[in-house]
Amino acid sequence: MKAFANLINQLNSSTKTSDKLKALSDYFAVATDKDKVWVIALFSGRRPKRAVTATQLKTWCMESINMQPWLFEECYNTVGDLAETIALLLSNQHNSSQNFPLHHYIETLISIEKESEAVKKNYILQSWQQLTQDEIFVFNKLITGGFRIGVSQKLMVNALAKTTQLSSSVITHRISGQWNAANTSFHHLLSEEANSIDASKPYPFYLAYALDGALKDLGNENEWQAEWKWDGIRGQIIKRSNELFVWSRGEELMTDKFPEYQIFSNLLHNGTVLDGEIICLQLNTGNTFKPLPFALLQTRIGRKNISKKELSNSPVGFIAYDVLEYDGEDIRNKPLTERRYLLEQIIQAVHHPSLQLSPLIHFNNWHELAQQQQNARAFDAEGIMLKRKNSVYQVGRKTGDWWKWKVAPLTIDAVMIYAQKGHGRRSNLYTDYTFAVKDGDKLVPFTKAYSGLTDKEFAQVDAFVKKNALEKFGPVRTVKPELVFEIAFEGIAASNRHKSGVALRFPRILRWRQDKKADEINTLEDLKQLLEQYGK
Amino acid sequence: MALIEFSDKGLYCPIGNFFIDPWKPVDNAVITHAHSDHARWGSKNYLCHTQTKPLLQLRLGNNNYQTVDWNESVYINQVKVSLHPAGHIIGSSQIRVEYNGEVWVVSGDYKLENDGISGEFEPVKCHTFITESTFGLPIYKWKPQQEIFQQIQQWILNNQSQNKCSVLIAYSLGKAQRVLQAVTKVTDNIWVHGAIYNTYETLINAGWQLPLLKRVTPETTKEALHNAVVIAPPSADGTPWMKKFYTYSVGVCSGWMQVRGNARRRNVDAGFVLSDHADWNGLLQAVKATEANKVFVTHGFQSAFARHLNEHGIEAAEVKTAFGDEEDVQENNSGSTNE
Ligand SMILES: [Zn+2]
Ligand SMILES: [Zn+2]
Repeated sequence: MKAFANLINQLNSSTKTSDKLKALSDYFAVATDKDKVWVIALFSGRRPKRAVTATQLKTWCMESINMQPWLFEECYNTVGDLAETIALLLSNQHNSSQNFPLHHYIETLISIEKESEAVKKNYILQSWQQLTQDEIFVFNKLITGGFRIGVSQKLMVNALAKTTQLSSSVITHRISGQWNAANTSFHHLLSEEANSIDASKPYPFYLAYALDGALKDLGNENEWQAEWKWDGIRGQIIKRSNELFVWSRGEELMTDKFPEYQIFSNLLHNGTVLDGEIICLQLNTGNTFKPLPFALLQTRIGRKNISKKELSNSPVGFIAYDVLEYDGEDIRNKPLTERRYLLEQIIQAVHHPSLQLSPLIHFNNWHELAQQQQNARAFDAEGIMLKRKNSVYQVGRKTGDWWKWKVAPLTIDAVMIYAQKGHGRRSNLYTDYTFAVKDGDKLVPFTKAYSGLTDKEFAQVDAFVKKNALEKFGPVRTVKPELVFEIAFEGIAASNRHKSGVALRFPRILRWRQDKKADEINTLEDLKQLLEQYGK
Repeated sequence: MALIEFSDKGLYCPIGNFFIDPWKPVDNAVITHAHSDHARWGSKNYLCHTQTKPLLQLRLGNNNYQTVDWNESVYINQVKVSLHPAGHIIGSSQIRVEYNGEVWVVSGDYKLENDGISGEFEPVKCHTFITESTFGLPIYKWKPQQEIFQQIQQWILNNQSQNKCSVLIAYSLGKAQRVLQAVTKVTDNIWVHGAIYNTYETLINAGWQLPLLKRVTPETTKEALHNAVVIAPPSADGTPWMKKFYTYSVGVCSGWMQVRGNARRRNVDAGFVLSDHADWNGLLQAVKATEANKVFVTHGFQSAFARHLNEHGIEAAEVKTAFGDEEDVQENNSGSTNE
């Protein structure tokens, strides 16, 4: 446990990727195989089932040090992390612990999952007694999850590659999928001879730049193909060696996240690679579809195990844009028109509602296309993709042949009325704000928004909050309604859970309007009009 | 009439007609210590500890200063005033105020552990105690200075083995002199930022025995700083000034380093939990030792600490002061004022 607590400390305190890589590979070089397997599992999101709830941890901690709940909450709000708060509050002063290896703690936690509350409590309290502060922190994290340490799967894979002689893509492939750390040996997971070609290997994605010039600069409209730009995750579906693989643009293997795609394993031929959008789809009669909000997809990606309910609430489909490999042949150098023809053949042959062809937008001249672009929201698209008909499929972000043309976000000017401290990196700055619009002489809160300011602006707003806090409600400060921000969002819907009657999609701070005063902000009426227009 | 009132200029003793750590110019100011949020410019007369005077001269220029030693009493308009060690920084004092048998003590900033340079905190019995609460939450518990010093020394040796310069971030008055004690045990190649050098010279002139330090100037070469230790104030952290030390590691000495998020946000390579303020247990111990029946809490987590005292049978109230609210403390954390 000491070595693992050390690793977490190093990962936590270093900001350089090279340091993190070194810390990880140093750890992998000396840790026991059993511990290594668990670290791989933990860092790839395979936390063991939660044996103890956060509330139980909190309660037992308060009991054992005889602390009032309000004081615990104060501490928690200051620290911003439950596992750390508990570790700081217990903070045994002794420096050496009874030291079991990492897997011992994890396996015990698994073994008590079905036991009575008393057994669990006894084990947790006893472990807290025996561990040092840093170790209590990681022990708690094993239960609550989320080591906020900035280790991507990719970084871990690279560290493993350094210690195992296997290539990163092979490791990525091996550690993806369904395996259980409790009964998988390190040897089984990674040390096998890996001389078979890596069937899962995706092609690098071709990415478009945002259109910056005028449409007419693109030349003759007949040379261009237009499609909707969908709001999901760009992905590749690969069928090779009788196996199906799904990769995201972030080069994450996500095959298991989307059981809906398993059917394609039978329907696609070996040696097929499709490029398209992973997206939640509502399927209608006549093989038409309606894309569902990105937020639904997000709930799916966040989960390790997907319930039946989620499968039916947020069914995932694939809107195919392109085919990169056909019949085992890399066809990226064929012109788009040819690839598109092949793609249409494939989709027709598969004939499954979860695999949709990206529809083309018909237009006779640039003017017509510009009008269509304005309508993108009505089609649940974020804008338009323009691709030169004779373009080959390039590698990475390249200018010239492919362009993305997004619709401008909806915006509203609003005043900040509440502020709360951020968590994690920003746990001491007021960075989470609630915004309001005017309704007569009242202010009506309608959204929270987080991102969108620079560090410097955050510091300025933070200083404002500290000087102008009117009231406290726990961690929330009511502030003088003075700072005006332009809030951008991608969609708006009616909601009776919100005071304002609307819920926004992807609200974010577009800019701080230091040129505007609080009485110049938009009104509730303005919001309702947007709802009328775009709220479907 | 209360012996001490909370006025818009700071703590005020109406009978004695003097202020303690006023944040606006007044006629008579009694100063707990030389940090800029406690010792402000513009008053006619200052009363402070003997060791504080040269530091005030450095920071506020020449003024009318009257000095006393610890436990030496002076009368200001029949009010008996004496200073008692607070253990915070060099010269830092608690102010004891007595009139007609009633005793109030203003703590200023303090810590209980004897750090070897600031004098040992003296518990002073009183009826009313005005305490700071910078680290007034139970998540703040300090380890003994010796243990933190060992961490710092280990870190320096480690950097040296990798041919790195060690840049220690510490407040120029207090923390810088304190960590020097740890640093001199492992190296004599010690450099400091100009702000710290000024304080150093003042202390040397006042008769303090301090190890030899070199000032980093525009002429200082990278080679000279090879494997060295550089002590710099928080304001220098992350500025072009740091570019001089091409391979370096940054360590921050601050109580705020207790919380992981703070160390991460400040982008430091190493955080050393070393504070010149009392931790939670220190605050509780200090309050109990005064045997006060009324406690006013300023300067930090005053509402939480006051509520906790009330729940444990000690009558307490929170007071907002210009050097005392949670928000100032948070700014401390980003390095804009003295801790
Ligand atoms: Zn101070
Ligand atoms: Zn202070």
